[in-house]
Amino acid sequence: MANNGSNFDIRSIVDGMNHRRLGIYVFVTVFIAFFLVPLETGIMTALKSTEAINRSLPFLPPGGDGFTLANLELALEQVQRGVINSLLMALPATIINIVLASMAAYGLTLVDWRGQIGVLLLFVAGVFVPYQAVIVPLARFWTHIFPITEILSPLARLVLVEPYHLELIPLMITHVAYGIPIITVLFRSYYKSMPKSLIEAGKIDGKSVTQIYRDIVLPLSKPMFGVVFIYQFTQIYNEFLFSKVLIGSASAQQATVTLILPQIGASTSGLDYGLRMSAAFLAALPTLVLYIAFAEQFAEGLKTGGA
Amino acid sequence: MGTNETTGPSATEEGVGWQTKFRYVLNSDFVRSAPFWAVPFAIMAVAVYGGIGYNFAISLTDNNGTIEPATFSNLDFEMYFQALSDPNVIQAATHNLILLVSFTAICLVFGLFLAIMLDRQIRYKETVQMIYLLPMSLSFVVTAQLWLWMYDTDSGIINELLGLLSLGPIDFIGNPEIALWAIIFALIWQFSGYTMVVYLAGLQSIPSSQFEAGMIDGASTLRIYLRVIIPQLKASSVSAAVVLMVFALKAFTFLYAMTGRYFPPQGTDILATLMVREAWQYNNWAYSAAIATLLLLMALGVIAPYLYYQYREGSL
Repeated sequence: MANNGSNFDIRSIVDGMNHRRLGIYVFVTVFIAFFLVPLETGIMTALKSTEAINRSLPFLPPGGDGFTLANLELALEQVQRGVINSLLMALPATIINIVLASMAAYGLTLVDWRGQIGVLLLFVAGVFVPYQAVIVPLARFWTHIFPITEILSPLARLVLVEPYHLELIPLMITHVAYGIPIITVLFRSYYKSMPKSLIEAGKIDGKSVTQIYRDIVLPLSKPMFGVVFIYQFTQIYNEFLFSKVLIGSASAQQATVTLILPQIGASTSGLDYGLRMSAAFLAALPTLVLYIAFAEQFAEGLKTGGA
Repeated sequence: MGTNETTGPSATEEGVGWQTKFRYVLNSDFVRSAPFWAVPFAIMAVAVYGGIGYNFAISLTDNNGTIEPATFSNLDFEMYFQALSDPNVIQAATHNLILLVSFTAICLVFGLFLAIMLDRQIRYKETVQMIYLLPMSLSFVVTAQLWLWMYDTDSGIINELLGLLSLGPIDFIGNPEIALWAIIFALIWQFSGYTMVVYLAGLQSIPSSQFEAGMIDGASTLRIYLRVIIPQLKASSVSAAVVLMVFALKAFTFLYAMTGRYFPPQGTDILATLMVREAWQYNNWAYSAAIATLLLLMALGVIAPYLYYQYREGSL
């Protein structure tokens, strides 16, 4: 019996692995290589000496004396400040952003009132507005109309941060403001799928709108908070245009990592790819780690929210 | 309260009527939900719509030079006429159009292919999906560096491989004829994981019974996909296409990060890079604002039909 059974299993596996399925797995593998090679090449190059970069194929691991950590160490020195600035800016920006957006989505989804759709339309359209359409006024806003850095400058001595960290505040607020539409849309699609009966039950219990939010909606939205945090933190950390417009120079003390990276390893004699790839790897590390740990949440945010 | 009730019937009617109305308004869901959405809405509206309006106002001035509080006199559409007759703007818009059509189309087709492949009950599906989507988690600044190295003329991987076939070397980024296509290829690498995820979600919402019914009818797998499954993915296609097209209009970071300067590789200038360069390199603020408004109008051309479609489908 046991023998028979195992024979049967093998046959079913062999049948399952017919030519067509084999073909699918070949494709799957080819595309794994396609998506990973640029990244793998970058990491391998980061670990090689300049001499080894010129000598060996880019995607091969460094052999013997070609291996060096010198590029990574040098790159770390140069991007460290940028990574810290970016994290200091992106973490609070993401948290404020998602709290505000969750409230907005609740007010626009689970509480019914007329005219809701009009307000909502403005949020959804706001998701797609190209940032180029607002950056010229944005630069003026933070320099002339609301120079918040100057207003807050007396605080610099009180807080435990470096004075130049205050310069990150306009960038942070900018990210919060322009991040609200997309995160609101994400929360709304989640709240729409929430069973209405829970809200109704809360109403019957005589709970106010605020109590329903605090006691029923918030505890149920924990997984969604995870999704939008992963998604939005990645977006803000990776963003470049606002940094360029509001901070400008890569040599500024408060420069974010995306601002610093395109300048590293460039010289008149050409690009030092070992150094540039090391810096790119270190710059990508925070979001890369986050992605590998929470790939599912990232995909979830992406498919409802858009890129 | 008591005295109020004992006054004449006519007064009561008016007073209570007004008070009840007021209380009714206060208790209405509109007012009670306002504390939740009003603040985020105000911040967003000032930033997005206030910004657009201010940008439009600047575009009507002749503002250039140092950033200074704009003086709003002599407002006219001169900058728009100038932009529409500027060969650089026309060329950038053409590049935008090429990028928009080819990038969107290839991403959709390739993403659909990947999604169907993963939907065929393969093993380690989650891991494979994670790898395909990985480029999407990286900043454009990072991926631009990776592809700069891939395309390098002297020792980049693509030219090394072409060298094995005794071809090349090809200067992918330096040659204006092919630079745009090289960049489109890199962007497809980054974005097709996104379209895949969107299509996978669409595929999972189609009951497998439909597929089985097709099999019983003796239809081939390909035929079932073409006739039964793919037509049902319309909603996924539309939302992914909108995201991709809007991205193709505003893509700036990848191009900037390729060179680290306001000038992207020759032959790849698009409106987004042109606009930023006009403002921050040449300080032609009004001119730049006008180009930004044109860019916004192009984006609206994509967004408005989409919002209307969503509204009509009741899926807003």
